[in-house]
Amino acid sequence: MNREDFPMLKQDIIYLDNGATSLKPQVVIDKMTEYYESYSANAHRGDYDISYKVDMEYENARDLVVEFINAKVKEEVVFTSGATESLNMIATGFFANLVEPGDEILITTTEHASNVLPWFRLVNDYGCTINFIPLDDNLHVTIDNVKKSITPRTKIIALAQVTNVIGDIRPIKEICKLAHENNIFVVVDGAQSVPHMKIDVQDLDVDFLAFSGHKMLGPTGIGVLYGKQELLENLEPVNLGGGMNESFDSPSEVYYVDLPTRLEAGTQNIAGVIGLGAAIEYIKKIGIDKIHEREIKLREYLIEKLVKIPHIDIINLEADSGIVAFNVDGIFSQDVAYYLNKYNICVRAGNHCAKLVKNATGVTNSLRVSLYFYNTESEIDELVELLSDKEKIVSEMI
Amino acid sequence: MEKREVIMDHYNNPRNRRRIYDSNYVVENTRNSSCIDNLDVYVKVQNSIIEDVAFDGEACAISISSASIMTSNLKGKTIDEAIEYINNMEAMLSDKEYAEDILDEAIVYEDTKNTSRKTCAWLPYAAVKKILENYK
Repeated sequence: MNREDFPMLKQDIIYLDNGATSLKPQVVIDKMTEYYESYSANAHRGDYDISYKVDMEYENARDLVVEFINAKVKEEVVFTSGATESLNMIATGFFANLVEPGDEILITTTEHASNVLPWFRLVNDYGCTINFIPLDDNLHVTIDNVKKSITPRTKIIALAQVTNVIGDIRPIKEICKLAHENNIFVVVDGAQSVPHMKIDVQDLDVDFLAFSGHKMLGPTGIGVLYGKQELLENLEPVNLGGGMNESFDSPSEVYYVDLPTRLEAGTQNIAGVIGLGAAIEYIKKIGIDKIHEREIKLREYLIEKLVKIPHIDIINLEADSGIVAFNVDGIFSQDVAYYLNKYNICVRAGNHCAKLVKNATGVTNSLRVSLYFYNTESEIDELVELLSDKEKIVSEMI
Repeated sequence: MEKREVIMDHYNNPRNRRRIYDSNYVVENTRNSSCIDNLDVYVKVQNSIIEDVAFDGEACAISISSASIMTSNLKGKTIDEAIEYINNMEAMLSDKEYAEDILDEAIVYEDTKNTSRKTCAWLPYAAVKKILENYK
């Protein structure tokens, strides 16, 4: 649906790598071009009309994010360069000052690198311990397994809401409830969930949420750090500089401005922020629930066909998202991706930045199809037809 | 044989693919972080001659076949000859001038030079280049 809104889709390609990044609708591109062409001034700085317009558009985008994830106040929404920066700010700016040696961090083996490595740093530099919540047979996280993994030393639970290889939706609301009963913080990597399903940070009661603009029809280089206000107040700014200070006279006399600007030092990615706002408006117009529904339907359609192909091994048969990971029996995933590329089909091959996944699945690499609402049944048909002929794959993969 | 057939032959029947547990060999791991190709390359040098070279690991058809061809070509070469061969391979993949005869069967990767697969073809060479630098 809505394919006509996406200039990229005018090309002869079948784009099935939405987990890596999404395509951009014309309205997002236009909104950013408009900024560069007609009011390209800095934010929070000038005393003239076009600069004022920048402030208005910039803060309007923040309001759109606040509403989109149902944050309580705008102080809870900080613009970053993406989910990666958000997660690093949370780990380094907030938790590094809080943790004590021996504190435990719970993650899973199916997390993306950006929800693993910032925590490894707390292990290496601050003496924390990292533990992995066991996954069930479907590689999903169950509340029981979270319960069993919690100890009196558990301080942080950091999980993707939807994982980028397995595509399972974690029971974040139940996890938050359990965690908070045990004085544990919950950090959620929303990079693969926010673009695809309704997120209500108050209902979920997450402490922190990180996500990226480019996976949700917005531009690259922009993302969001959500945090409960009382927590963000204690997040030490990693970047100090213009915009985030109120006044300074000497090293002992430095005063910062309030949230959220305190955490947005320097000239921000203004076009990115405004573009993200446009993306959210676009998603709102379509309806996030409708988007999610459409993806589930497309996934079911794809799975139904893939299971009938004997030489295809599906890694994540069960998942309520648009992600399907699989292998062609006996053929290296990258060779299959290269074969599909000859037919202008874009899929991802490899470990998908989740290098611990092999510990869970026993599979070191795979092909990943990640769907978005603009994909179609006929695109899936074409993919399935190409995958169904193993001899053809072997003869055309190099 | 066509280029494709040569590649497929080396992929399906890779030469010198075995794990080696012998301290006379120098081992170097070579990997491509974006696509998970991951090979170990073993080289045994004696009197400035590559007496044996082998590889093992997990990788795509281009990397495996390239390792197979490379190991076949390197055996018996002096270190200087080996470096010359590797430099020619690098030149070919970088679209620079190179000597065709030195490359022997490795010429089959000529077509990969302008594609994402050139890093796959180069992967095993990166390991040997690193190993031989210590013998210079």
